[in-house]
Amino acid sequence: MTAISTPAAPGTFRYQLASFWSDFSASRGALVGLLFIVFILLVALFAPWVAPHDPAMQDRSALLVPPVWHAEGSWSYLLGTDAVGRDILSRLIYGARYSLSISAMVVVLSMGVGIFLGLLAGYFRGWVETVITRVMDVVLAFPSLLLALGLVAILSPGLTSAMIAIAMVQLPYFVRLTRAAVIGEKDREYVIASRLSGAGHLRLMFNTLLPNCMAPLIVQATLSFSTAILDIAALGFLGMGVQPPTPEWGAMLANAREFMGSAYWAVTFPGLIILLTVLMINLMGDGLRDALDPKMKRS
Amino acid sequence: MFKFFLVKLSQLVPTFIGVTIVAFSFIRLLPGDPILLMAGERGISAERYAQLKSQMGFDRSLILQYFDFLKGLLHGDLGNSLVTHAPVMDEFMSRFPATLELSLFALAFAVIIGLPAGVLAAVKRGKTLDHSIMGISLTGYSMPIFWWGLLLIMLFSSILGWTPVSGRISFLYFIEPVTGFMTIDSLIAGDWGAFLSSLHHLILPGIVLGTIPLAVIARQTRSSMLEVLGEDYVRTARAKGLSNYRVIMVHTLRNALISVVTVIGLQVGLLLAGAILTETIFSWPGIGKWMIDAISRRDYPSVQGGLVLIAFIVMIVNLLVDLAYGVINPRISH
Amino acid sequence: MALLDIEGLSVRFKTSSGLFAAVEDVDINVDRGEVWSIVGESGSGKSVSMLAVMGLLPWTAQVTADRMTFDGQDLQQMNSRQRRRIIGGEMSMIFQEPMSSLNPCFTVGTQIDEMIKQHLGGSRKERHERALDLLAQVGIPDPAQRIKAYPHQLSGGMSQRVMIAMAISCNPRLLIADEPTTALDVTIQAQILELLLKLQEDTGMALILITHDMGVVAETAKHVVVQYAGRQVEKQDVKSLFAHPRHPYTEALLSALPERAGDQDRLPTIPGVVPGEHDRPSGCLFNPRCQYATELCREVEPVAAPDDPASTLCHYPLDHPAAGTPPSAAPSQDPPPSDPPSPNPPRPEVRP
Repeated sequence: MTAISTPAAPGTFRYQLASFWSDFSASRGALVGLLFIVFILLVALFAPWVAPHDPAMQDRSALLVPPVWHAEGSWSYLLGTDAVGRDILSRLIYGARYSLSISAMVVVLSMGVGIFLGLLAGYFRGWVETVITRVMDVVLAFPSLLLALGLVAILSPGLTSAMIAIAMVQLPYFVRLTRAAVIGEKDREYVIASRLSGAGHLRLMFNTLLPNCMAPLIVQATLSFSTAILDIAALGFLGMGVQPPTPEWGAMLANAREFMGSAYWAVTFPGLIILLTVLMINLMGDGLRDALDPKMKRS
Repeated sequence: MFKFFLVKLSQLVPTFIGVTIVAFSFIRLLPGDPILLMAGERGISAERYAQLKSQMGFDRSLILQYFDFLKGLLHGDLGNSLVTHAPVMDEFMSRFPATLELSLFALAFAVIIGLPAGVLAAVKRGKTLDHSIMGISLTGYSMPIFWWGLLLIMLFSSILGWTPVSGRISFLYFIEPVTGFMTIDSLIAGDWGAFLSSLHHLILPGIVLGTIPLAVIARQTRSSMLEVLGEDYVRTARAKGLSNYRVIMVHTLRNALISVVTVIGLQVGLLLAGAILTETIFSWPGIGKWMIDAISRRDYPSVQGGLVLIAFIVMIVNLLVDLAYGVINPRISH
Repeated sequence: MALLDIEGLSVRFKTSSGLFAAVEDVDINVDRGEVWSIVGESGSGKSVSMLAVMGLLPWTAQVTADRMTFDGQDLQQMNSRQRRRIIGGEMSMIFQEPMSSLNPCFTVGTQIDEMIKQHLGGSRKERHERALDLLAQVGIPDPAQRIKAYPHQLSGGMSQRVMIAMAISCNPRLLIADEPTTALDVTIQAQILELLLKLQEDTGMALILITHDMGVVAETAKHVVVQYAGRQVEKQDVKSLFAHPRHPYTEALLSALPERAGDQDRLPTIPGVVPGEHDRPSGCLFNPRCQYATELCREVEPVAAPDDPASTLCHYPLDHPAAGTPPSAAPSQDPPPSDPPSPNPPRPEVRP
């Protein structure tokens, strides 16, 4: 049983993990981003225990109560209430559950399909590649939100359609990245060696090529994650995504829009939390990119 | 060079066909019978149904329908709006200049501020200025546009009263549309007050729409500049005894711009997507708002036509960007 | 008075693991019209020293020197404007990769013209004439056509000629050539070296040639500086260096030349690699690879004896007398190295 303190030998996974971590943690921004994400993940996970109120509970006696630091504010509604008396802080906390989980599922879906298509395109080239890249070009010709809206209209507004729509919009980025990485790696010696020792197509694609193309894909995944959060919120804001009374951040903003002048807290806080979350993810993504890509110049 | 242009143009054709297929399928993919959908809640009589069916060509095979659609497209006929009964093409063209004006203003804002900011950040790499610029850029990049717009309206319109809340121009003015650009048209009409008012109305939506492109341009400029600054030929330029200003502005920037121009061009897609949200918030009468209204009012011909036209515009702009890249990069033009 | 007078030059780079000394205590004195060569393996700091003199190092570099003057002017004290007059005007440099050393966005003519404009001035016509003259001087056929070419349209040899033309355009008194032929074909190498020497003869400028190829040194230089891992280990005129190398490293470099192989089956090599940032040995930097290394070498850093004209950085300089001087005494407790048999390990024949 080796002692935990022995340093890992170069080439092992533990060594790679350790050297990745030292590169990653060198960037303060990346660490801050990571900490915040972990924090918000925990908050979302333990929402029922963390949130002071039930997000759907309406307190008719406390309509549009300002945050606690105002004269009319109250300690039971720290960030105030909305137009029907629901606690904003609790809605934000529960909203995190939706935003984070939906975005995660979107990224997984997009990545899964995108990587698969990209592998096919880069590996087989020829007409397979042409068809796949052309289809992706068509997807890219539409502004992302427009396409998502169109898809949602077709599939009828709701959670699943929003997810599918946004995953579709992110698809081309994963396809392109994977395809470019595969084309770059395909003619390297280790791939040829694998092929010569009898590896079949599937094995070559998934076991040999894919692990070596992961670095830019992971970076893109964080980027897609943050874009997904923004897009979900945008759809929610337009009324096309998650339906009321679900406490989704974008939808909360839409509801509060008419009270822009009178109840600034209903508008400011949902948007602020979106901004903060996306910002932290992007910070972390920057750190990931610097740590994973050896050719990237450290900025 | 001409060959380069032709190659790029020919690559567009399959994409364009794909776009038309997508738009064409749109109505037909909607749940339910398209004619009944278009008729709305009122419902229609059986004869009217048959009439509409043959009129719209729904009784013919799908392939023929597609070719009808394509034929109509090439003639500029995209059907009529279900709401206003005016040709979709007219509806689009009457609103497009508004979006164009807003987008150009936003892009100008993004480039005028973003490009120098990126250069500055690259030159002062590692120092506080660099970190601040990149920090602001990262924030802009992570911003939900719709919230940013609301926030700025709250601050500058409601609280400070510096800018108008919505619209393109104060309702006191009526300007005869010539180009569709409120700013240009008011100058043509010689109305200075109207011109100022139109600019006044452009500021806030322009800033909101231009925020994300600004962030992207600043980041890209900075990383391009840093990459070029490490190149051998920049070292040669310094070895020639040239001033720092010349080394940066003439030798480095010129090369860095090559990739920045591509990024600027790619912002168009982003601008159009952002326009949807910005126009909604500021009640800006452009195609973004029109599309949202069309979708929520189930004006399917408009949605279909809008999809094709917008995608078409994005493709044309991308083509222009590719061409510009070919011109700027001597390796391609010579 | 020496044209370029450098003493005690050190260059340290700021890295994530502290300061790294790429160059330590290098002395260079080049007189007018002299041809010098700085030779060493990759990692010897030969380019870095010259880049430091020209002021072309990145911001992470700290350059210190006891003295660094050009034609009597103190390079360290002058302001950037004065310095920029010298760089390119009086002292110019050409680099290893000519293909990437020219700006791809501008024509050859524009780039040469820019240089002339910066230092010499003159009307556009005059500058154009001069550019054409320069291109002809460096052996470019059809200069009138080539002057309109973009860098990517030129071959490696052609690009280097353009670089040379640019470098000599303002009649510099010193030209530094940093491995000018390393990236070129062997056939072109000879041409470029010949060109450089001819230009040196015609113009009377001083030439510093940086190279890792001892063969090139033999063909071109009059004076040689040998560098290893950032230190200057030997400095002699070329004839005596080749006949009587004083540092084991120089000896090893020379014995690796095919011309010196004689009847052996295998060419000798120097085992090991140049120490990098993280594996600097204690004592003499060359000791892990030196066939004569002793305990002293492993513990104490050598210092060049003050009366040694070759400034050999070794505890036991090879006892061929350099220009008539007796071998120097190493500091304190070392046995005198002069007569065999000595506590030194016997000089083995070529290692397999």
